[in-house]
Amino acid sequence: MIYREAGQFKTSYQADNQIFPIRQDRLALTATLLAAVFLLPYFATPYILSAIMIPFLIFALAALGLNILTGYAGQLSLGTAAFMAVGAFASYNFMARLPGLPLLVSFILGGLCAAMVGIAFGLPSLRIRGFYLAASTLATQFFVVWCLTKIPYLTNYSSSGVITVQKMTILGYQFDTPQSKYILVLAIVAVMALLAKNMIRSNVGRSWMAVRDMDMAAEVIGFRLMRTKLLAFAVSSFYCGVAGALYAYAYLGTVEPEAYNLDLSFRILFMIIIGGVGSILGSFLGAAFIVLLPVFLNIVAHGLSLPTSVASNLELMVFGALIIFFLIVEPHGLARLWQIAKEKLRLWPFPH
Amino acid sequence: MNFFFEVLIGGLLSGVMYALVAIGFVLIYKASGVFNFAQGAMVFFAALTCVGIMDKFGLSLWLAIPLTMVTMIALGMAIERVVLRPLVNQPEITLFMATIGLTFFIEGLAQLMWGSQVHKLDLPIEDVPMQFLMDHFDINISQFDMVAAAVCALLVICLALLFSKTKVGRALRAVADDHQAALAVGIPLQRIWAVVWGVAGLVALVAGLLWGARNGVQFALTFVALKALPVLILGGFTSVPGAIVGGLIIGASEKLAEVYIGPMVGGGIEGWFPYVLALLFLLVRPEGLFGEKIIRRI
Repeated sequence: MIYREAGQFKTSYQADNQIFPIRQDRLALTATLLAAVFLLPYFATPYILSAIMIPFLIFALAALGLNILTGYAGQLSLGTAAFMAVGAFASYNFMARLPGLPLLVSFILGGLCAAMVGIAFGLPSLRIRGFYLAASTLATQFFVVWCLTKIPYLTNYSSSGVITVQKMTILGYQFDTPQSKYILVLAIVAVMALLAKNMIRSNVGRSWMAVRDMDMAAEVIGFRLMRTKLLAFAVSSFYCGVAGALYAYAYLGTVEPEAYNLDLSFRILFMIIIGGVGSILGSFLGAAFIVLLPVFLNIVAHGLSLPTSVASNLELMVFGALIIFFLIVEPHGLARLWQIAKEKLRLWPFPH
Repeated sequence: MNFFFEVLIGGLLSGVMYALVAIGFVLIYKASGVFNFAQGAMVFFAALTCVGIMDKFGLSLWLAIPLTMVTMIALGMAIERVVLRPLVNQPEITLFMATIGLTFFIEGLAQLMWGSQVHKLDLPIEDVPMQFLMDHFDINISQFDMVAAAVCALLVICLALLFSKTKVGRALRAVADDHQAALAVGIPLQRIWAVVWGVAGLVALVAGLLWGARNGVQFALTFVALKALPVLILGGFTSVPGAIVGGLIIGASEKLAEVYIGPMVGGGIEGWFPYVLALLFLLVRPEGLFGEKIIRRI
């Protein structure tokens, strides 16, 4: 009763092609966005904004990137953090070497650098697939972090190998409070999520899904495999690169290459598994889950007054068990649960 | 020249250790089609359990090893029951991700049970240069490494015998060939999987003990899995000889590269060199050295 299309008639192709064809969806999304922009910055404490909301949005963006590659184009990747690192360090270098370069332009350039690295390391995907490819993306992971540690040029010859990012300024306005940083990250993530959503709906997205489902068949019916796969790598790495730059600029401030280690790659992989592989909404749900879980576990551990070592090991175990649990019970993740809930709401209060 | 041989042989011997971990992978991949990322965690778990038993109950090594074996078999069977059985018929990628989850779980469990400090493990083999080789060829090779290599060889022979001579081994090969056909002729699939995970657990124990005695039993042992991956890529996922040859190639080339190329580019290339090597190799032969040729149809 609450959630249904009945009565929402479409009289034009344009209306039929809307991103959110159901009115309740549009209203809910608008309400969420309005609340995120106007209510949250005023009611949330700086802690919630800078320690939960900002990382949540950044991880969601990275998960979105990985989801494009793994969920939509079917190329398993364990090197997400490496692409994030490229984006962050490239943005830093552009800012440091080209004074006066606008912040957003340097983010985009950082993302483009990540995209180029993505294409270079995506080349093997034309020849190899599945696990072999996963292992080759591990090569990206180790190689990029090694380069950033060993080549002093990339960290602008900082003696410790750690970079301290520049201040974020757009048109003279400095983003230095948690509120303003949050708004900036939210704006970037919202725009990029919208772009991704549209890309998935377009023929680009359909060609990715065709390659994912069976790449040989896709090739036979005329998709150009090389172009499609490399485009997926490029777009995915671009998203990860921008997320990496935001991770450095809006969240950490001071970054070492080791911040982008294999663990981060795995965490982002977990986000898309738990959130839902091949779903835009899933990237956000998964990121929220993985960001909030340690906070929640910390509170529980504190409540039970467990020693920190026990708590951290329990966290590992809970993480692992949850991954397995989700894969067994709901392989399509939280996004699928949400979809089921919507279908039930359509029929409610009648059972069928 | 002597130095070159020393590096080469040292590399080959450490390659044997990589091969040992890789064999654990191959066993499971062959029998159940699962790419077991948790093998490194199992190595860690095995070594830590063995040392933990010795420390906590004051038992000798020779009592701790059988106890750990029992634990590893129990662990393998539990994994089969809790993780694999509900995931039957899922795509390979799903199973792979499940083993990543398993990795986290096992690492957490091991440290929860036995603490996270570095343990020392003394095997009754001394880590001294072999006098005979020192005298005659002036090459410095540790006795420990030689024994480790011998143990690996013995293990591989045992595995080969198990596969070729016993009833379980035959069933195992049948399952590896075709799950459904094996089921149809009455082979208990789930029992075979439990056996395979148990055997993989034992291999992990041997690897864990040898690695642990070398570097101390610590969390870094889990990274051994990351070393075994390029070995597998090079050798092919389905071949035990491939794992051994791949291990030797990776071990040797990695050490040689570190010594001869490393200084030119700032060192520390051991982390990624095996991967790049394996990757280049894949571009030539996408199924690995001894892997099965992949035939793809629509």
